[in-house]
Amino acid sequence: MLAFALRRGLTLALTAWLASVVVFAALELVPGDPALMMLGVNAQPDTLAALRAQMGLDAPPLDRYLRWAGGLLRGDLGTSLTYARPVADLVAERLVVTLPLALLSLVMSTAAAIPLGLLAAARRGRGGDWAVLGFAQIGVALPSFWIAILLILVFSVGLGWFPAGGFPGWEAGVWPALRALILPALALAIPEAAILARVTRTALLDTLGEDHIRTARAKGVGRAAVLLGHALPNALLPVATVLGLQLSFLVAGAVVVENVFTLPGLGRLLYQAIGQRDVIVVQGVVLLLAVFVVLVNALVDIACAAADPRPRALS
Amino acid sequence: MMQTRARRLAVAAGMALMAVPLMIATGTTGGPTAAWGQGRSDLVIGMPLEPPHLDPTAGAAAAIKEVTYANLFETLVRIDASGAMVPGLAQSWTVSADGLSYRFALRPGARFHDGAPCDAAAVKFSLDRARGAESVNAQKGYFAAIAAVETPDPHSVVVTLSRPDGLFLFHLGAGDAAIVSPASAAGNKQKPVGTGPFKFDRWVAGDRVVLARNPEYDGAKPALERVSFRFISDAAAQIAALKAGDVDAFLQFNAFEALPEFRNDPKFTVTVGTTEGETLLSINNARKPFDDVRVRRALAHAIDRKTLIDGVLYGNGVAIGSHFPPHRDGYVDLTGLYPYDPAKAKALLAEAGYPNGFDTTLRLPPPPYARRSGELIAAMLAEVGVRAAVEPVEWAAWLEKTFKGKDFDLTVIAHTEPLDIDVYARDSYYFNYRNPAFVRLEEELNRTQDAGRRKALYGQQQRMLAEDAVNGFLFMLPFVTVQNAKLSGLWVNRPVQANDLTGVAWK
Repeated sequence: MLAFALRRGLTLALTAWLASVVVFAALELVPGDPALMMLGVNAQPDTLAALRAQMGLDAPPLDRYLRWAGGLLRGDLGTSLTYARPVADLVAERLVVTLPLALLSLVMSTAAAIPLGLLAAARRGRGGDWAVLGFAQIGVALPSFWIAILLILVFSVGLGWFPAGGFPGWEAGVWPALRALILPALALAIPEAAILARVTRTALLDTLGEDHIRTARAKGVGRAAVLLGHALPNALLPVATVLGLQLSFLVAGAVVVENVFTLPGLGRLLYQAIGQRDVIVVQGVVLLLAVFVVLVNALVDIACAAADPRPRALS
Repeated sequence: MMQTRARRLAVAAGMALMAVPLMIATGTTGGPTAAWGQGRSDLVIGMPLEPPHLDPTAGAAAAIKEVTYANLFETLVRIDASGAMVPGLAQSWTVSADGLSYRFALRPGARFHDGAPCDAAAVKFSLDRARGAESVNAQKGYFAAIAAVETPDPHSVVVTLSRPDGLFLFHLGAGDAAIVSPASAAGNKQKPVGTGPFKFDRWVAGDRVVLARNPEYDGAKPALERVSFRFISDAAAQIAALKAGDVDAFLQFNAFEALPEFRNDPKFTVTVGTTEGETLLSINNARKPFDDVRVRRALAHAIDRKTLIDGVLYGNGVAIGSHFPPHRDGYVDLTGLYPYDPAKAKALLAEAGYPNGFDTTLRLPPPPYARRSGELIAAMLAEVGVRAAVEPVEWAAWLEKTFKGKDFDLTVIAHTEPLDIDVYARDSYYFNYRNPAFVRLEEELNRTQDAGRRKALYGQQQRMLAEDAVNGFLFMLPFVTVQNAKLSGLWVNRPVQANDLTGVAWK
C-alpha cells in the first residue's frame, strides 16, 4: 500500500511539473502579449513597457517560470495578469460552479445509465435492448451543445421553467443556483449516459457468459438475482473506469456547454485565459486539472482494487 | 410483438423531437408572460463580452467602458447620445484664443461613492496619473499635449497644453479620461469607486456585473434602482436569453439573421444605429505588390460593397468610401470613387505588371464581421485573379503579428475609436501609409478651432486617403439593439464606447 501511494505521489509530482513546463513553453512560443491584449491598438510603447513591468513580464522567461514555481512551493498560485486577482480566488469561484455541475451530471448519467444497461442486458436482442441501444447510438452521436440549445428552446424559451443561461451565484440561494445548473447538467449527462449505458450493457453481457454465472444458474439462483448479485458487481469495474474518465472530462471539457449556457466554469476560465495569454491563470488551472485527473485515476484504481482481488494477488 | 412496440416507440420519439423546433417556430408553447416589464425598476442588459476588470483608465477593452461610462464613472466633458460634448463633472469650461489653456469649473457637489469629494485635486490626480511615466492608460496619447494641470481653487482646474490639440475636449469625454479618486484608484479594477449615478454592487465573475442606484448622487437621479450587465458571447444563447426574458435588452447584437424574427414580435423593439467602427480591408502599403497604388485601386474596384453588406450584415450597414463615418460633421461621400468593376480591376492589375494576378494572404481576427467579410472578399478578389489565402487567427496573435509586428498582407478589421482618421498621420502604424501631405493636414487640423475650417480639412483628408486607396474602405459597423418594447431611453447610436443607462426607464 505504501509503495502504491509513493508511486502515485511520484506520478502526480511528475505530471504536474511536466504540465506546467509544457504550458509555459507553449504560451512563450505562440504569438501574443498579455500587455498588448490589455492596452489594444492605441497603446504607446512607453505604456506597454510600463504595463509589462507591472505584470512582471520584463524578466527573462526562465526567471518568470522559477518565480512562479517558487510561489507554488509556498502555496501561492500567483496573480492573474488580466484580472489582477489571485489565481486561487479565480479558480475557487469557478470550482463552485464546475464541481456541482460535474457531480450533478455524473449522478444524472449514472442514475440513467446503469438501469438502462441492466435492462438491455436482461432483454438482450429484444425490444428493451434495441431501445437502449438506439438511445445510446443517438446520445453518442448528438453533440452536447446541440442538445443544450434544444433544451434551452424547450424548457427556457418555451416553458419558462429554467433560465436560458447564466449563473446567479450560490449567494442568491441554493435553489436559484441549482436551477441554473439543471439544464447544463442534463445536456452533459445525455451523451455521458449513452456511453455509460453501452459500457454497462457490454460488461454485463461479458460477465453473464462466464463460468461462475453458469454455475450460479445451475445451482438454481434466479435470473434477476444472478444479474444483480453476481453479474453487476463484476461489471462495475469497467463502468467505474469509464466514470473516472468522464469525471475528468466534465471538469475541464465542459467548455462548449458552459459557453452555450454562459456558465462561469473552469473550462471557460481556461479558454479565456488562453485567449488573453494570461499564462499565470493557464498554468494554475492546468496544474489543478492535472492533479485532479491523477487523483481521480488513483481513486478509480483503489476502488477497482478493493472490488477485485486479482491485481493484488498478481502484484 | 416487442419489436413492433419498440419501433412504434421510436417513431413517436422521433416525431416528438421534430415537433420541438416546430413549436418554437410557431410560438405555440406558453412562454414567460409574467413580469414582462410591468412596474419594474430593475434592468438586465445583455452584452457580448465581459470586461477583464472595471477600471476604464487601465485597459482598451470596450466592455470596461460599456459598463462604467456615465453610469459609474464620470468625465469632465460628457459625450451624449447624439455624440455632442455636454457638461459632465465640469459644469462649464472656457478655452483661450490660442487653444493652449482650458479652464474647467467643477460641479461643486460631486462626491465619490466612498464619500470623498470630487474636487480639483482629484481631477489633477486623474490627469497626471493618465499621462505620467507609470501610466498604463490605453489612450495615453489623448493626454500627450498636456503640459501642466493647475488647481487655482477647489472647484477650478486649468489645463495648459504644450501644443494645440483640436480633439482635446472630445478626448476628455472618453471613458479613458474618467475622473478617479486618489484614495481608491488602485482598487478600481475590482471595486470601482466613481462619482456616477450608479455605484458598484457586485460582480459574479463570468456572469454579470450589478450596479445599484447611488442615493447620494448630486445630479438628476436615474429611474432604475438596479442594473445588471450580463455577458453572453454565444449567438444562440443571446437569442434564447432575449426570448426567455432573461435579459431585457441585448446591445451590440450581432446575430443579424435573427433580426426579422424579433422585428415581427410585438414584445420586442429592434433599433439599428451607428457606431464609430469603420470596417476596413487593411492593406500593408509597404509590402509588394501593395506599395503600388494601381494594385490598391484594383482591390477597391474588385470589392462589391453591396454584396458584402448584404452577406455580412444582412443589409444592416452603410458603405463608406474613406475613413470617416457618414453621420459625423465633415463627412464627404466618396463611395462612388471606385465602383464595383472587376474588368477595371483586372486592367489595373495588368497595368501594374500582374496580368495573371498574384498570391497573397488575408488574415482574419475572431469577430464574426471580420470572418464573414474575409470569406466574401477572398472570393471577390479571386474573380480578378488575386488568390488570397484566408488565415483565421485569435486576437492575441492578430495584435502581435499584424498590429505590432506589421507582418501581414491583408486583414479585415473595424477601427472603432471615434474620429480616428489621425492614425494615418502616425509615423508608424500597421498599414505603413506615409504621406507628408496628410501629416501637414493633420497638423493644421490640430491648430484649428474654427468648425468650418475643420470640416474642410477633414474633407481633404478623406479625399486623400480615398485617392491613395490606402485601405479597402468597406462599411460602418452597425449598432444593433434588441430590447423589450416597454423600455425607453436606451441609446440608439454608439458615438462613444458607452452604455449610458442614466436615462433609461420602463414605460
